[in-house]
Amino acid sequence: MLRGGGATVPPAGAGALRKARREQQLVSKRLLRDEALEEAEEGCVAMIFGEAEIQQFLQLAQRGTEEKEREGALVSLRRGLQRPETQQTFIRLEGSIRTLVGLLTSNQALLQLEAARCLHELSHSEQSAVVEACLPATSYLLTYLSGHSSDFIELCLYTLGNLIVESEAVRRQLLPQGIVPALAACIQSPHLTVLEALGYALSQLLQAKEAPEKIIPSVLGSTLPQHMLQLLQPGPKLNLGVAVEFAWCLHYIICSQVNNALLITQGALSTLGLLLLDLAGAVQRTEDAGLELLACPVLRCLSNLLTEAAAEAVGGQLQLRDERVVAALFILLQFLLQKQPSLLPEGLWLLNNLTANSPSFCTSLLSLDLIEPLLHLLSVSNVVSVLVLTVLCNVAEKGPAYCQRLWPGPLLSSLLDTLAFSDTEVVGQSLELLQLLFLYQPGAAQAFLQQSGLQALQRHEEVAQLQDRVHALQQTALHG
Amino acid sequence: MQLPPALHARLAGAPGSAEPLPVERDPAARTAPFRFAPRPVRFPREHDFFEEGDVQRHLYLQDVLMQVGGAPERPRVPEFTCQVAGCCQVFDALEDYEHHYHTLHRNVCSFCKRAFPSGHLLDTHILEWHDSLFQILAERQDMYQCLVEGCTEKFRTSRDRKEHLVMRHLYPADFRFDKPRKSRGPVMPGAAEQVLAEALGDDGVPSEGDAMEVCSEHVEPPPVPAGERRAYSHRCLARI
Repeated sequence: MLRGGGATVPPAGAGALRKARREQQLVSKRLLRDEALEEAEEGCVAMIFGEAEIQQFLQLAQRGTEEKEREGALVSLRRGLQRPETQQTFIRLEGSIRTLVGLLTSNQALLQLEAARCLHELSHSEQSAVVEACLPATSYLLTYLSGHSSDFIELCLYTLGNLIVESEAVRRQLLPQGIVPALAACIQSPHLTVLEALGYALSQLLQAKEAPEKIIPSVLGSTLPQHMLQLLQPGPKLNLGVAVEFAWCLHYIICSQVNNALLITQGALSTLGLLLLDLAGAVQRTEDAGLELLACPVLRCLSNLLTEAAAEAVGGQLQLRDERVVAALFILLQFLLQKQPSLLPEGLWLLNNLTANSPSFCTSLLSLDLIEPLLHLLSVSNVVSVLVLTVLCNVAEKGPAYCQRLWPGPLLSSLLDTLAFSDTEVVGQSLELLQLLFLYQPGAAQAFLQQSGLQALQRHEEVAQLQDRVHALQQTALHG
Repeated sequence: MQLPPALHARLAGAPGSAEPLPVERDPAARTAPFRFAPRPVRFPREHDFFEEGDVQRHLYLQDVLMQVGGAPERPRVPEFTCQVAGCCQVFDALEDYEHHYHTLHRNVCSFCKRAFPSGHLLDTHILEWHDSLFQILAERQDMYQCLVEGCTEKFRTSRDRKEHLVMRHLYPADFRFDKPRKSRGPVMPGAAEQVLAEALGDDGVPSEGDAMEVCSEHVEPPPVPAGERRAYSHRCLARI
């Protein structure tokens, strides 16, 4: 849900979400709704309960004679708590949270579960007052993470995740209460549902604005990174839902740039590289929706890690020279082009980081015949075009041996097309590439002239950012 | 975007790469006005570049995009009873039974039958309540371990530990899994019912205060007459 300035109805459409993200107000929460429960309750619209009704439910839950009665009271309360009005009334009622926590920690297993569901409803609120009212429960939620009941733990984790994302006060309390060691112990659970929930909670924690200073260092100091990487190992045991959460966790850690060298020593580059290969394989095998959800954070992690000095040190490892990585990336680019073109820049970002300082990967692009597929992406968008041209420049700037392999072919006509763009960055990058081709490839300037290249250049003669380069190219083309 | 057919085979092939072509740069390449230099790019957390992917991540979490894994189904099964001796709770869904079992029967102290939410708390309880050696050692050294996982602090008394929990770890002062024992010696089996009777007030919920040791209580239930079992029936347990 979006946290708008007091708005009760979230605005629709991805445009509104982008605006929220720009304002750093994009708040994700997950509402765990037991599908079976929902079906059973179909047709019952959540009511708004007043104080008296809430009191009644709580009393019945505490002191009812029949177990079924007590549970039923909590079920009714939970349904009511789906409404913000009821939530407000609830938290204002004296002793209500205390009673709920009492039920949460009682020895009646099913009451406990229902009480936890009520708490979960509250945790989903957009109003920080409601969320912060749940503070007295956090030490118990953490304690229960060391239990064994997987459904219950899952619920506690999603609740914690929701609380974490909404309120800094909650996070300030959870850290000294030991959330990091609790998660580190819990991540050893064999239950996939628990792991996915844990990944969600952790991802919300890592996304907090104070995370780079206050949270990520202790996460890096725990056993969590090793376990996360283990859960991202490709193979028959890899679960998509779990992997998605932990890939995002890794992304938040890595892009915060706290201690990426440590992650590299723990094998992050190796694991992520293998995962990329695995993803490309999966994408070919199945039309399964959702692989882009994993591809995105993996692409980001790899791209950012490659900029670390420590990455150079392990560059000797096969993974970083293995041309299958390039093959995998192109398979993913094709997949993204069909499925989610807006993610193409992320894939091309990785391609840039792979090829920038690597003669090996530049050679792979050529030997695997990937230049033409790359050129096909030039029509997608300006951002994509700039990235494609940058990658081509990465290849061309390595000298004549490389430019020779770029020539002849569709490159020239593609460049003439991009010169027709109005976007200054696209044209600028095209000019850089042209210069490299003129320099290293005999005959390139000539061919350019023959294809009316000068006219193509002319239209940019007056553009401030371009004119110097345009004139230089005109000179080179005409006079050599 | 047509990919060369050999590409898929390459992916499935062995690791390795072609011999890199020789690099030979001309210094004229980076002369003004041209400025291209290859460089790996790094994007920090809040960079706009991430906007699109972040929005999609958000939508995913909102279950709009798709469902990667649905909520677990709860198939109903024929009614069955908890197999633990003395417990006659009845169930018609396995998940409910799982939670019941883990809450009430899994981490149970064999001395006093109290149930705990985790093995860690159970171990601490046994040590502090039923181990006479602990009592002896505690007279000379700090034996009361902090309850928070990962914290290695130890204390002379349980009161000191509680203070640490409250001050250092921001735990509630009435944290239910840290109540002091009343008597000095180890607690003997059979004391459970008496403790239970003391522990609970009229409201049916374990009440606060130093006087009681409240952990999840599990009491030996009296036998239930046949034919009275229902789903979620709790008639066999003592009313609390």
